[in-house]
Amino acid sequence: MPKLTLDDLKRIKEEAKNATTLREGGQRVKITVHMGTCGIASGARAVMGAFMDEIAKRQVRDVIVTTSGCAGLCSREPMATVELLGEAPVKYVDLDDAKTREILVEHVIGGKMVEKYALAVGSETTY
Amino acid sequence: MKTFRSHALICAGTGCVSNKSLQVRTALEEELKKCGLEEEVQVVITGCNGFCAVGPVMVVYPEGIFYQKLTPDDIPLLVSEHFMKGRPVEKLMYREEEKKATVPRMQDISFFGLQVLRALRNRGIIDAEKIDEYIARDGYQALGRALTELTPEGIIEEVKNSGLRGRGGAGFPTGLKWEFCARARGEVKYVLCNGDEGDPGAFMDRSILEADPHSVLEGMAIAARAIGSRQGHIYVRAEYPLAVSRLKLAIEQARDYGLLGKNILNSGFDFDIDIYQGAGAFVCGEETALMTSIEGKRGMPRPRPPFPAYKGLWRKPTILNNVETYANVPPIILHGGGWYSELGTEKSKGTKVFALTGAVNNIGLVEVPMGTSLRSIIYDIGGGIKGKRKFKAVQMGGPSGGCIPESLVDTPVDYESINQTGAIMGSGGMVVMDETTCMVDIAKFFLGFTQEESCGKCIPCRVGTKMMLDILTRITEGEGTEEDLDTLQDLAATIKGTALCGLGNTAPNPVLTTMRYFRDEYEAHVREKRCPAHSCVPLLKFRVNPELCKRCGQCFKACPSGAVIWEKKQVASIDLQKCVKCKNCIMACKFNAIE
Repeated sequence: MPKLTLDDLKRIKEEAKNATTLREGGQRVKITVHMGTCGIASGARAVMGAFMDEIAKRQVRDVIVTTSGCAGLCSREPMATVELLGEAPVKYVDLDDAKTREILVEHVIGGKMVEKYALAVGSETTY
Repeated sequence: MKTFRSHALICAGTGCVSNKSLQVRTALEEELKKCGLEEEVQVVITGCNGFCAVGPVMVVYPEGIFYQKLTPDDIPLLVSEHFMKGRPVEKLMYREEEKKATVPRMQDISFFGLQVLRALRNRGIIDAEKIDEYIARDGYQALGRALTELTPEGIIEEVKNSGLRGRGGAGFPTGLKWEFCARARGEVKYVLCNGDEGDPGAFMDRSILEADPHSVLEGMAIAARAIGSRQGHIYVRAEYPLAVSRLKLAIEQARDYGLLGKNILNSGFDFDIDIYQGAGAFVCGEETALMTSIEGKRGMPRPRPPFPAYKGLWRKPTILNNVETYANVPPIILHGGGWYSELGTEKSKGTKVFALTGAVNNIGLVEVPMGTSLRSIIYDIGGGIKGKRKFKAVQMGGPSGGCIPESLVDTPVDYESINQTGAIMGSGGMVVMDETTCMVDIAKFFLGFTQEESCGKCIPCRVGTKMMLDILTRITEGEGTEEDLDTLQDLAATIKGTALCGLGNTAPNPVLTTMRYFRDEYEAHVREKRCPAHSCVPLLKFRVNPELCKRCGQCFKACPSGAVIWEKKQVASIDLQKCVKCKNCIMACKFNAIE
């Protein structure tokens, strides 16, 4: 027996799409910390730690925190992307512990982008 | 006349009425009565307030607060908060449109806006450690198509139509390579992935493996179907621990889902992948050396033919492609070869990933359509040269490549155009250099690298590169002669023509290109014993040119050994007794005043 058929693949695709996109009533914010070698070398783990710490301390429950690879602009790492439900994702650059905590309070909880640390809004075009 | 402490002016213009302002009024009056406030708050109906777009609107005096988009449901809260407790309800108030964002959109930033992501399509988007996230973005759909809708010949046809060429550097047409191997006779065939990225300054493959390992696995599985292979190996450097661990996890997840292993997607097709960690020898990026290394022997190349397509790993028909090449395969199968070839130049299709590094402002990983000019990559995407210095050259292709000078900065990136400059496309390392880089020194650096990495099997490479390196070292130390320049040319030509493998064949390229474009620098070293870039230490006098010195004191601040003598508004000088020749002062000086 094959473990997976084409139909299973389609089902997983739909399920995963739902699980990773923000929805009304479910998760409100998705935070992606970019953790390629470049990101980690410049302190992405501390950024991740600061996000997790603040989230635990403030008991925020509607936020997904996830990781991803290099976002491309290695000289501005550590980078993170914050996406609020119904809004364009915002890319933050040159992060550290203090900036991360500020972003969590102002943007993730308060809903207001922290312009001074933001590089750009929106996503890259693929293909 | 009765006095009210508060007036609520509800708009009853046509716009607001059609938005049910009258129901809001009724609700408000009822709620006020319920709370016993009807004597204190007067509800007034007004004509059009003018701001119909946010109606129904209501202005409350004396505070002058402007409420917008009211519904009868808002009223109980409004009355109890505002009229009872005197706390205006912020969420119902009109807010000025947020001022236009000062943060640009991704597409408006040249670094991102000029890139086209194909091989890097999932970068920064998916969690590399979750197969489901890869699947969510069309992952393994191409494998599904390859196994159920296409024949092996059909897969090869699509890849040939796409015009995809080897992204490891040589640019051999991928579809053709697969076709040779598919036609080779043999029950057992191998699919290999070259992740032995070794060029100084290159990190394309590492980033792909870290950010999107499944794209490589899927590409390999499709290749396996095309040539009829059941086993693949990924050769990746042990120096890439994160890439190795993410690859391992990806392979386990793919096996769990049955996307590797037996009877994949119920098609009867079996294929599995192993990782082989290389110890970091540069020569193991050469295909025959890589195969020898997987066989457990010392990584040394062997003469071709026989070509790996007929006799490769364990002397069985084998294909070897680079990480980026495989990452390009799934979208080609999904969208068709024709789609892929829409981008690019006549002979170089699609996109190429470059690791942009060196003296540019934006260091990073960029994927651009073939045919984009070097100028656009360096100035638009790279944001120009750091610290307002002058652009001098860009090194492409690592130790096998060469330096492309400022005068050729409009060269488009495609295999043929880059080859014409004497450099090579290579795997995608792009090291940008400014005026402070000495081109003789850079040639020496790269030759030193290949000399050290030469496996020693053939004499041209083992002895020839050593002789060239000795000459270059002499030149940078001020001991070079005119004759040395000719000898360099002769040696380079001989090594190129006679070395056994690609490492030796291309080793002289950095010397040849710098001699071609920067001959004056070589001559300055040899004839005048002078390094124009103020870089080669033995040729430096560590003397301040008083005519160029702007008396800024930067050299004084940079000196670690107290050798620079300087006072405000005075020309600096250097005490050679104390000087340790670290060049900090030269790098700190913005006016090239120290010779």
